[in-house]
Amino acid sequence: MKQLDTFVMSLQAIRGNKLRSSLTLFGIVLGVASIIAVMTAITVIQNTMEQEMSILGAQTFQVQKWPNGFSSGEERRKAMRWPAVTIAEADEIRKRVQSVDIVGAELWQFGLKLEYRDKEIETASIVGGTPEYPQNNVHFVADGRNITQMDVRAGRKVAVIGYGVANTLYPFIDPIGREIRIDGRKYEVIGVFDEKKSAFGSQYDNYVLVPISAFVNTYGLSNEDGWPRSVNITVHARTPELVDDAITETRQVIRRARGVPPGDDDNFTIFNSESSIEQFNMITRGIKIGAFVIGTIALLVAGIGIMNIMLVSVTERTREIGIRKSLGARPKDILRQFLLEAIVLCNIGGLIGVLLGFVAGNTLVQLGMSSSFESAVPVEWAVIGLVFCTVIGVLFGMLPAIRASRLNPIDALSYE
Amino acid sequence: MPVAPKVLPELESAVLVLRDVVKTYVMGSEEVHALSGVSVSIGKNEYVAIMGPSGSGKSTLMNIIGCLDVPTSGSYSLGGEMVADKSETELADIRNRLIGFVFQTFNLIPRADVLHNVELPLIYGGVNKAKRIALAKEALDRVGLSDRLTHKPNELSGGQRQRVAIARALVFDPSIILADEPTGNLDSRTGEEIMQMLDDLHANGQTIILVTHEDNIAAHASRAIVLRDGRIESDAQVENPVRAARAEHTVLAH
Repeated sequence: MKQLDTFVMSLQAIRGNKLRSSLTLFGIVLGVASIIAVMTAITVIQNTMEQEMSILGAQTFQVQKWPNGFSSGEERRKAMRWPAVTIAEADEIRKRVQSVDIVGAELWQFGLKLEYRDKEIETASIVGGTPEYPQNNVHFVADGRNITQMDVRAGRKVAVIGYGVANTLYPFIDPIGREIRIDGRKYEVIGVFDEKKSAFGSQYDNYVLVPISAFVNTYGLSNEDGWPRSVNITVHARTPELVDDAITETRQVIRRARGVPPGDDDNFTIFNSESSIEQFNMITRGIKIGAFVIGTIALLVAGIGIMNIMLVSVTERTREIGIRKSLGARPKDILRQFLLEAIVLCNIGGLIGVLLGFVAGNTLVQLGMSSSFESAVPVEWAVIGLVFCTVIGVLFGMLPAIRASRLNPIDALSYE
Repeated sequence: MPVAPKVLPELESAVLVLRDVVKTYVMGSEEVHALSGVSVSIGKNEYVAIMGPSGSGKSTLMNIIGCLDVPTSGSYSLGGEMVADKSETELADIRNRLIGFVFQTFNLIPRADVLHNVELPLIYGGVNKAKRIALAKEALDRVGLSDRLTHKPNELSGGQRQRVAIARALVFDPSIILADEPTGNLDSRTGEEIMQMLDDLHANGQTIILVTHEDNIAAHASRAIVLRDGRIESDAQVENPVRAARAEHTVLAH
């Protein structure tokens, strides 16, 4: 007897019992959907992150005091005791590391008010940077000009403003050449950044760049609590292949400059897009495992439901089994028929679950975070889900199928 | 083909030969002898009725002939194959290839349409789809149901269902057709139609074994074996077998 014929028979049997089949499927659908939804959501976030990180550039990396956004509280507490990263250290990298061509330094201050005449933005960020800023952050000046080395050297009070800032403060006029008040101080607008939509928020359109010297002149080298300000150093390797070398060399240069004894941990953070993604993956691993465990439990429970319904089905169809045996069905034909029925049943549920999971996962991210996430369809998880359903089908369909195959044809034929 | 009933060992043309077949069931502490030494030989194209009151061992004999059960002792050969110590799978193959069952309760699969029901033995026999459909259609044509291929059994009358069952029984060209009270669930007119169909099959060379307790049905056969208490009470040629009056819609020609 051929597989296809058995398959057709299973479909007939499942179709013959629509309500019962769909109720039985419910558990499978839920189990698979929950796994797929979480995996989809994480994949969506991950894809978007990788995209944005790669915009940040495979060729650049950052040196800073604070660990990046995905770090634990403990890591942050440890970093509090580290010395601030200084402009001098940026110079050191520029001088000593052969594999890098552009080294920029940035200082950030958050929550400042921006004003132009009667319009204002309550909280924006200001970054004091160097001419390397646009290239190292892959955020380019669309209108007007970038800050220059001259601006930095002279400490000129000029500003390149974000796209969002331009839209809010200068809705109908060209902002170039106009005045902007940052935290009450006058600056001249020299350029506007291009729009940088981010799935993780609009902060990259709502900030202004001023020369780092102007920043230091205004805010000093320690913040309002008296802590020394720590510089973000952005480093651009000469070629993408040199990034790893550049990171290694930079690490050595700073360790030497700070006199970190060999064998001690770094007292600063170096990260690039790759290490950020790795970190994100580490955090989401827990969530993934959790979803997998919950989904697996749901599927096992659903599997017991499948077994139950298959046992009922075997009893109900005892006579049919007898008929089939009288017509020449071998025990293994009957076994295969009922086993395949369980597998097909599980996989129909699995398929629905996969589709639901895709929709739920994508919707979840869009609703919960921001609509600019690109939806994703993690095919590998769909495959894993269906393979899993097949395993459940085999596992829980086996007992009923064996029972069916062992029925005595005479007893089965006379079963009422 | 006249067959002398007491001629043993087996005839040259025998399709099936049972020798000293004993079947004993153990019920609790008691042994029930359903068959206590039955020897019978049936030749090709014979039309045999197996009769007897309930408890005579008639059903047990039918189950053994139909390879649904194996004897406790004694030998049984069907189409030259010794059946007694076959495995469940081998028995299934024998049922598939050599036996066509016609049951009192039709025993069609309710969810499947007429064509699929008739296809089933061919499916289990591993016949490919195109050939299967051709053979099933041909068999349904022989019982006059070629216009009912996609009907479900519950959309058919009792007589039509039994004709589907007959088509299913003969679709794989079996050595014997084993009909167990084939008219038991039918009114007498429809029953006659079914008997006529079996008569025609016999006329076309089919070996038919009929299990019945009704004399008028058994009268269609050309040989009657009567069982009592697990033994053969009589085994005789029927002098003038009844042939059913031709119903006009019956089309049973090769």
